[in-house]
Amino acid sequence: MAVATEAITVRHLSKTYATRDGAVTALDRTTFGIAEGEFVAVVGPSGCGKSTLLKILAGILPASSGEALLRGTLIAGPRRDIGVVFQSPVLFPWRTVLDNVLLPVDVQRLNRERHHQTGIDLLTLVGLKGFERKYPWELSGGMQQRVAITRALVHDPAMLLMDEPFGALDAMTREHMNLELQRIWLERRKTVLFITHSIPEAVFLADRVLVMTARPGRLLDDVRVKLPRPRPLDVMNTPEFGAYARHIRHLFNVQGRIDA
Amino acid sequence: MKSARNVAVTLAIFVGTLALWEGVVRVFAIPIFILPPPSQVAQALWRGIASGVYIHHLGYTLVETLLGFIVGSLLGFFLGTAVAMNRWVELFLYPYIVMFQSLPKVALAPLIVVWFGLGLTSKVINAALVAFFPLLVNTMVGLKSADEDRVSLMRSLAATDTQIFWMLRLPNAMPFVMAGLDVAMIFALIGAIVAEFVGAQRGLGMLIQSMNFNMDVSGQFSILLILSFVGLLLNRGIMLIRKRIMFWDPSEKQVIETSPEEAAPAAGRGVVTPAKEGVG
Repeated sequence: MAVATEAITVRHLSKTYATRDGAVTALDRTTFGIAEGEFVAVVGPSGCGKSTLLKILAGILPASSGEALLRGTLIAGPRRDIGVVFQSPVLFPWRTVLDNVLLPVDVQRLNRERHHQTGIDLLTLVGLKGFERKYPWELSGGMQQRVAITRALVHDPAMLLMDEPFGALDAMTREHMNLELQRIWLERRKTVLFITHSIPEAVFLADRVLVMTARPGRLLDDVRVKLPRPRPLDVMNTPEFGAYARHIRHLFNVQGRIDA
Repeated sequence: MKSARNVAVTLAIFVGTLALWEGVVRVFAIPIFILPPPSQVAQALWRGIASGVYIHHLGYTLVETLLGFIVGSLLGFFLGTAVAMNRWVELFLYPYIVMFQSLPKVALAPLIVVWFGLGLTSKVINAALVAFFPLLVNTMVGLKSADEDRVSLMRSLAATDTQIFWMLRLPNAMPFVMAGLDVAMIFALIGAIVAEFVGAQRGLGMLIQSMNFNMDVSGQFSILLILSFVGLLLNRGIMLIRKRIMFWDPSEKQVIETSPEEAAPAAGRGVVTPAKEGVG
């Protein structure tokens, strides 16, 4: 892949929280880059600073030192060219599905008329055609998370940040959503940073898996997953897939802890 | 079928209670100025309504209550918003508010009648004073209770504080505000009646007071009936408004077919935080 345009550049990024027992380093001098259109998963045990990393990239948490760049410009605060998907769908119950999807459009005072069709097209893409006028409470958990993904895409951001988006779903729905996310990604080719606890999920979805250590969060390995796409769920039963998963799990075992 | 039977049972219990009451009063020959039988109360009610006296006084009490309710809840809402949204207002004003809140407001009624006279003003002020606090407290809590994940989402979209207020905090506070209005409505009625007790020329509270002097207990009972009916109607009115504004609140729906797990948080009155999971 060409190094010409790097979507995300992270250099010596650290984050220290002041707590009652002194300073705690959540993220320690982390450096990596993500190419344009690349799908990168971050796995690591609880407390490895994955969420901290995502919040810094989303611009809602300042870094203690080091820097993060999006398409060459410093991330110094919330940005309009980033879409975030959280673990819970975080929908507004008083808005219809389409109005939830158009929330970024309303917040950023973009043209609602113009994005109306974009919203409907995206809802069709995630398989929610005909649900535009429903309310979130009328949808299942998996469907709500699809709405959240649609909302993160509607203002055509440069980058999609996903913080364990399927962590709250049951195993069956989760597998299905993994397939769906791959399909959506193959169609849109957004740059994605995907945080997860699940090694199989990371290997299944990502071009690269960044493996992190716990306290202080540090980059342990950068595993390139060379499985052909589109990957069917059956790929998880192949020896190649098993080798990737085993390698990553081994890294954790060497580290001595995994509590995912 | 089942609901028809329920109505029948309810009716039977109601009629049975009245019959028992009437019977006890007659058998034990309880004097009418201690406990009048239902038949006497019904007569008094009919006389009062037919002569137009009750309607006349009810009109005054209703106007006092509604004006007090509107003034009190508007003030409560705006002050609650100011306290919730501005650190300085909270710091300097809130201690006084808490102090004032612990005071039984109806105890101020005599003072207010002295200050503002026997007319409408003192009743409206007293009603407003009592209706004010439920709105103040509920607005405050509602605005501050916005889900952290939702605030993070808004921040990640580069939303301004004003946008977060209008698009998230305010709609999020509506269940609390509506619960506050619910209470404030009844409180306003109490405030108006108490102020009428203290000193008034018109109103149902004044009527009860004068009937008490004349030992007309049947009359008092008949007015209590009217007051509880009025309270019920006012409460229904608020519920209708609530249903319209809060169409999205799960607690407004009887049965949710598609996602039953969402119906659970409806239990806490006015508190709605659906599908909240900690972010790892």
